[in-house]
Amino acid sequence: MIDFKLTPEQELIRKTVAEFAATVIAPVAAELDEKQEFSMELTRALARQGYLGIIIPPEYGGAGANTLTYCQVIEEVSKACAAQGVTMSLSNSLVAYPIMTYGSEEIKRKYLPALASGEKLGCFGLTEPNAGSDSSNQETTAVDDGDAWVINGSKIFISNGGVADFAVIIASTNRAAKIRGLSAFIVDKGTPGFSVGVKENKLGIRASNTAELVFQNCRIPKENILATPGRGFRIAMDTLDGGRIGVGAQACGIARAAYEAACKYAKERKQFGSALIDFQGIAHKLADMRLEIETTRLLTWKAAWLKDNKKRFAKDAAMAKLYGSEMATRVAHQAIQIHGGYGFIKDYPVERYYRDARILELYEGTSEVQRMVIASYVLGV
Amino acid sequence: MAIFIDQQLCVGCAACLKACPYDAIDLVDRKAFLNDSCVHCGACVDSCKFKAILSRAGDGPRKDLADYRGVGVFAETRHGGLAKVARELLGCGRALAQARGVNLTAYLIGHEVQPLAQELVAYGADQVVVVDDPRLAGYRTAPYCRALASVIQQQKPEIVLIGATGIGRDLAPRVANRLKTGLTADCTGLAIEEGTGLLLQTRPAFGGNVMATIVCPNHRPQMATVRPGVMKPLPRDDQRRGTITTVKVAFKETDLKVILRDVIRQTGKKVDLSEATIIVSGGRGVGGSKGFEALRDLADALGGEVGASRAAVDSGWIDHDHQVGQTGKSVSPRLYIACGISGAIQHLAGIAGADFIVAINRDPQAPIMKAADVAIVGDLHQVVPVLAAEVRRARQEAGR
Amino acid sequence: MNIIVPIKQVPDTNDVRIDPETGTLIREGVPSIVNPEDRHAVEMALTLKEQNGGGRVIVLSMGPPQAEAALRETLAMGADEAILLSDRAFAGADTLATACALAAAIRKIGAYDLIICGRQAIDGDTAQVGPQLAEFLQIPQATYVQALQRESDGLLRVERAVEGEVQILALPLPALVTCLKEANHPRIPTLKGCISAFREKPYRVWSAADLGVPLEQIGLKGSPTQVRRTFTPPPRGQGTVLTGDPAQTVRALMDTLREKGLV
Repeated sequence: MIDFKLTPEQELIRKTVAEFAATVIAPVAAELDEKQEFSMELTRALARQGYLGIIIPPEYGGAGANTLTYCQVIEEVSKACAAQGVTMSLSNSLVAYPIMTYGSEEIKRKYLPALASGEKLGCFGLTEPNAGSDSSNQETTAVDDGDAWVINGSKIFISNGGVADFAVIIASTNRAAKIRGLSAFIVDKGTPGFSVGVKENKLGIRASNTAELVFQNCRIPKENILATPGRGFRIAMDTLDGGRIGVGAQACGIARAAYEAACKYAKERKQFGSALIDFQGIAHKLADMRLEIETTRLLTWKAAWLKDNKKRFAKDAAMAKLYGSEMATRVAHQAIQIHGGYGFIKDYPVERYYRDARILELYEGTSEVQRMVIASYVLGV
Repeated sequence: MAIFIDQQLCVGCAACLKACPYDAIDLVDRKAFLNDSCVHCGACVDSCKFKAILSRAGDGPRKDLADYRGVGVFAETRHGGLAKVARELLGCGRALAQARGVNLTAYLIGHEVQPLAQELVAYGADQVVVVDDPRLAGYRTAPYCRALASVIQQQKPEIVLIGATGIGRDLAPRVANRLKTGLTADCTGLAIEEGTGLLLQTRPAFGGNVMATIVCPNHRPQMATVRPGVMKPLPRDDQRRGTITTVKVAFKETDLKVILRDVIRQTGKKVDLSEATIIVSGGRGVGGSKGFEALRDLADALGGEVGASRAAVDSGWIDHDHQVGQTGKSVSPRLYIACGISGAIQHLAGIAGADFIVAINRDPQAPIMKAADVAIVGDLHQVVPVLAAEVRRARQEAGR
Repeated sequence: MNIIVPIKQVPDTNDVRIDPETGTLIREGVPSIVNPEDRHAVEMALTLKEQNGGGRVIVLSMGPPQAEAALRETLAMGADEAILLSDRAFAGADTLATACALAAAIRKIGAYDLIICGRQAIDGDTAQVGPQLAEFLQIPQATYVQALQRESDGLLRVERAVEGEVQILALPLPALVTCLKEANHPRIPTLKGCISAFREKPYRVWSAADLGVPLEQIGLKGSPTQVRRTFTPPPRGQGTVLTGDPAQTVRALMDTLREKGLV
């Protein structure tokens, strides 16, 4: 029933991603973070490797890999640069997934191959100034105007917002129906009335682009709707459920980076005549860090396995995301502690891991929302 | 002892069938095969007129291998002169020949190389076999292979040494295969085993992490390529006498199909510490990228490369290419000079293959000082420039 | 162009540690990898195939069944087909016996234009299998190749870099070259490459019987050389310690270096 061994294919994928991450991404990660720069070059490289279309079926130009494989890739990439992990997570979980699952054949043909090849980047717009954790409180509206939908409103904190070629957004087609009045649309960049607002200045994942999307009487073709009107909330929740598995994998990646940096430092740094690692207080810290990483991985892989085997996974995905995101912060915190003062300065990478880890507890549902989800499943409340 | 039948040599004459007391040989499609009844007694071996039946003994060369006598070295030439390695091979070959009580022969192959023959004698050869042919102008594998293999087939030496240079490492494996004998690459130690008289060929193995001693008990000649710079040449003695023989080699048309269009001398070199024979390495004690200039100067004086410890690389004083140990390279130079390096385990492991280690450090207690063959307690900023000057002077004197 | 690339799975000798107490090799946990220069050979083959409008790149290895991982990795890079020679009869082969088995396999494969090997394997560092293979097949060779290109007259132009010189050679095909790591940057397999390596591309295992090669020419039996002994050089003892004025210490050092023939 249980098999924790990766297949030789997954082993090879893991190994090749690790090599790509170490040789192509890691060398530029600190600089991109410092400059708060989204690298189109790196994004194209991710696309060339096939990492932006991991879960997209081969008939639409993707690799057609399963969620477990997707987790391997996300983890290794996030270990080198959390922001590139975000780019991947976005393309696969938040953009490709809803299109694959809910899009018409025309929409799939139009967007998926371009997404997989990196020719087009997408973003996912749900959050609004007054719809954060209460994401059903959508103020963006889409009005049926015969041959078009007319969209008005704004979306904030949108990853890839400033660089995407199209956006998958949620908007209300019937405010009176509340949750049941929400719908999902695709809006192309360049559509009159669609513009990008402020670009955020962030604590972490600074090499990821985060911006505001603004819609002012933006008319989009009638066929640019995913599924049918009123299905938007279902689409959003389903998309986020799957995305949370990826966040678990991101957490593993960032935490591993912090843990490995701490191990290395603890072996090299001498105080009181001994290497830090020879002090039990430090060795135990590292043991706990490793334990928490492995725990997250088990939760994440289990959720991925459930999804791949078409079983209900929302609770498990929430657990992986919740535990993993808080774990990554704790592990990065301890990594800095082990580094002492050196951990606080930018000569060492651990302060970046610490800043990058923090977003995991906030996006794709805050820790508080995850606890709500878990509670609703296990307690029925 | 074990018996083998070489199917390529077997003509299916069936003579061995009669010789076998155990009825252990079958003839299948006009080739002899051993069946399960074989007890490897060796009774068949001499019955074969075609030498298709071989026996392998674990205890030294068999009688018929004794037809091979003498030590041969390939005298590599470069730009009309002898390559340094040719003199080194003569020095080493001389000792082996002495141990075996046999002659030392140099094989001089090339175009317009005849004048170099006497020099080979002066460096220790008893005999020089010269193949001088315009078709050997410029190194090409096939004609050189034809020439060297023919000479060896005629001369039947028991040992053949070739320099492990770009030419030697290209040529030797091909020649060894043509002779269907063993070849040991890149030897750093050669000796004659007492009793068996076999050539003990010692070389670094497993990425330089261990040493292996290789023998070639049942095939002749015993062939080895020898790492340049390891063996010592004999002093030149122009009074020495030796015989010089010129032989003609019949090339085949197929030997000459590769065209050598051009040879370009390269300038500007890349750092490859794993191949370097001399490395001057710096650590935290060097103090900065400026400090490495003095090390580079010493390396230039010695004709070596510059290495660095992890601490120096991580401090950004020098490129990662130069790093030795841990995430850097394992090195196996003949001389390793560690300047201001404390000697972490990983660094010491990385230089375990070095033949001779010199450490310069202010701290006599540093681990590197215990691993070094010569440990100088002192400030590297003072010692290194003095050493560079001394090396330059010594080189100048030697050059005179 | 049809190109055959013989590759080897090797222990990552850069990962080898020496036990500081006993001075022995710690082999445990050392990962198996595609021999680094063989990856450059595969890259060279793939580039050449792409430049010359197609053909097939076949990767060939000899080793235990686990060597499949190395072959799959090169399939993932883009090779079209893989063959593993795996049989107990191949075990213990020296370079000659290895080249003999590879030659038999290449004869069985049939028509080819070029064989590209890595310069040498990091576990043995012999650089002998390539030339010995070329001799078995009676084809021209060029070792230490840093660049190559097929010319309009069908010849292969190669740049052979040795000891500060570059030889420009023109080789008739079929031929064998061994490639330097300076020749290129091996591509990192894409995700689709990894998947097709396992699901789509032909992978075959051949035994000694499949090759029809006499057993006495392969494996331990076919190896003229034998390992007499393997040892770790003893840990260095305390050497000479020199203290005092730099002029003095350097003079003493120079004497030792001269004596050892190091300057």
